[in-house]
Amino acid sequence: MVSRRKFLRFGVAGALMLAAATRAQPDYRAADGSGTLQVLGEADREVLAAITPAILAGTGATGASLAAAIGSVDRAVAGLPPHLQEEVRQLLALLASSPGRRWVAGIVAPWRDASVAEVSAFLERWRFSRWALLQQGYHALHDLVLAAWYARPDSWTAIGYPGPPEVG
Amino acid sequence: MIRDPIREGLAAGWKVTDAAALDRDLALDADVAIVGTGAGGGVTAEILAAAGLEVVLIEEGALRSSSDFRMLEAEAYPQLYQESAARKTLDKAITILQGRCVGGSTTVNWTSSFRTPEATLAYWRDRFGLADVSPAALAPWFERMEERLAIRDWTVPPNENNALLARGAAKLGIATGAIRRNVSGCWNIGYCGLGCPTNAKQSMLVTTIPAALARGARLVCGARADRLVLGRGRAAHLECSALDPRGVRPAGPRVRVRARHYVLAAGAIGTPALLLRSGAPDPHRTLGRRTFLHPTVISAALMPERVDGYAGAPQTIYSDHFLERAPVDGPIGFKLEAPPIHPVLFGMTHQGFGVAHAEGMAKFARTHVLIALLRDGFHPGSEGGNVGLRPDGSPVLAYPLTPFLWDGVRRALAAMAEIQFAAGATSVLPVHEQARPSATWAEARAAIDALPLEPLLTRMVSAHVMGGCGMADSPARGAVDSLGRHFQLENVSVHDGSVFPTSLGANPQLSIYALTARNATRLAGRLKAGR
Repeated sequence: MVSRRKFLRFGVAGALMLAAATRAQPDYRAADGSGTLQVLGEADREVLAAITPAILAGTGATGASLAAAIGSVDRAVAGLPPHLQEEVRQLLALLASSPGRRWVAGIVAPWRDASVAEVSAFLERWRFSRWALLQQGYHALHDLVLAAWYARPDSWTAIGYPGPPEVG
Repeated sequence: MIRDPIREGLAAGWKVTDAAALDRDLALDADVAIVGTGAGGGVTAEILAAAGLEVVLIEEGALRSSSDFRMLEAEAYPQLYQESAARKTLDKAITILQGRCVGGSTTVNWTSSFRTPEATLAYWRDRFGLADVSPAALAPWFERMEERLAIRDWTVPPNENNALLARGAAKLGIATGAIRRNVSGCWNIGYCGLGCPTNAKQSMLVTTIPAALARGARLVCGARADRLVLGRGRAAHLECSALDPRGVRPAGPRVRVRARHYVLAAGAIGTPALLLRSGAPDPHRTLGRRTFLHPTVISAALMPERVDGYAGAPQTIYSDHFLERAPVDGPIGFKLEAPPIHPVLFGMTHQGFGVAHAEGMAKFARTHVLIALLRDGFHPGSEGGNVGLRPDGSPVLAYPLTPFLWDGVRRALAAMAEIQFAAGATSVLPVHEQARPSATWAEARAAIDALPLEPLLTRMVSAHVMGGCGMADSPARGAVDSLGRHFQLENVSVHDGSVFPTSLGANPQLSIYALTARNATRLAGRLKAGR
């Protein structure tokens, strides 16, 4: 039985190694077949497709609106300064890698098979991790997904926000 | 149809260059090059242009105007804010809201206008030898800028978010006041932070910058000032990169400005960073040091009726009660205000995720939000942060959160909760990852006492970056003198919030306007006299 502390220590070492490793990888911005993402790749989409339903659980977001929210995340990342784009790419590359998913996020099954409960448990571990790096990773995912969601007019009805008034 | 003074001016032939459209390098000559078009750059440009000096303004952000301002967070943050409003301190613990557009933060601020508090000026005189910053000496400059920017009492009743602050505080015997605003013909809509769609806000975008452009000043937007090329204690020229249309990466063309004098007004992160990239002399290690934020914590309460915090003028009521309870250099004090509440900003700031977060958001319209801005920089336990450079030359602020600050955070969370319960809240939630809604003041007080106050658990924000090129009477204590003149570079001045030797204890725009009006007037006199 690996203690929580040991697991996390390995986790951070793994995160740093993988962060270094992903730097050396070629840019995977090449055509991903979908033609809709600007800066994120197919592997990133798969990670976000698993994480987004957990972060947006309870909002009523389903199917098309979740896919649209992922598109909004991609567009938001494309507008970030290069250093922040790089941080997001490293984070998603880490999560997309098999060791990163398994040993840092603690998700055994591939992302497409991970349940909302498993993903939520991973987010909760990172949220309250004693390692700032993992807490920062949680905050990045939190902010990216929730900003993308509440920027969308289709999220406003559920929260009683009427949208901006008419002027002009 | 709302008039768009920017589009009219462009049609009338203002000299404006969008660097994203450049297909070759651009070389410009001027009497004065100004880096940044916010509170400092805008006021400087108007005064120098009115004195007949040739002015070039360099702005990293884009030129957007009322026709573009559609009151949508999805558009405003990437277009008008530094780092898409995702700028954070090095440890990611504090989110920093700063403008990045023509007009700088004045284009997106919430219009709060305060003169520099007397206690702050007294501290600057005592500790930094700034003999000429008394309230009486600055009064004419405050009056001049209040007149110029229509800064007056706001006589429209406050929106409910602000009225709740007034009512809750009154029940507890806590004094509040009305915030003066720089608006003219305000529609009381509540979208100041996304760019004023009616041009009522008297930001630099619609006042000083059009005035300077009408007098022949040149504006280059979408260009990042990379460095001053220095030699023999002077700046020889300014090197800039034209950015791509999204404003993310250099597009290739360079912009070079040669001027008699250089005014740095890129804000309290941008200005120290430009000097660092330039290799400016820094013999006493003051550059980029003592950078202050008014670290701000948040309390969200649920009210029985709708609050609709997105509607109506933001920040019209304040309380300085908790600034005035102790000496300025005692335990840290804080100012209370009631901010605008919009879905993206609130959704990002609200702790948690999934069902718990969605439940909080479902009560969005009944949510009351207070913020407490901590007055940092007056105590050995609060020496501020340091601006440094990443390998790519972009700036980053390291800001240590000290026990002295955390003491203030705990008192601030408690004070806000007590006011919110007094105003009728059915529950109060400190914005902290481990906090849960409390149903009574007693329960909230016990919960706040027990909260572990640590970076990343406590959600913190800042919209006021100050310091980093502090003014003082000697190079040992600051980077510039009280007129903003760089101690080591004879033709470089700093005219922005980076000259403040501490934080202010008040929203900074009017302090920057007034100090800059004085310093730009003196600079114009020196340049006209050929000195």
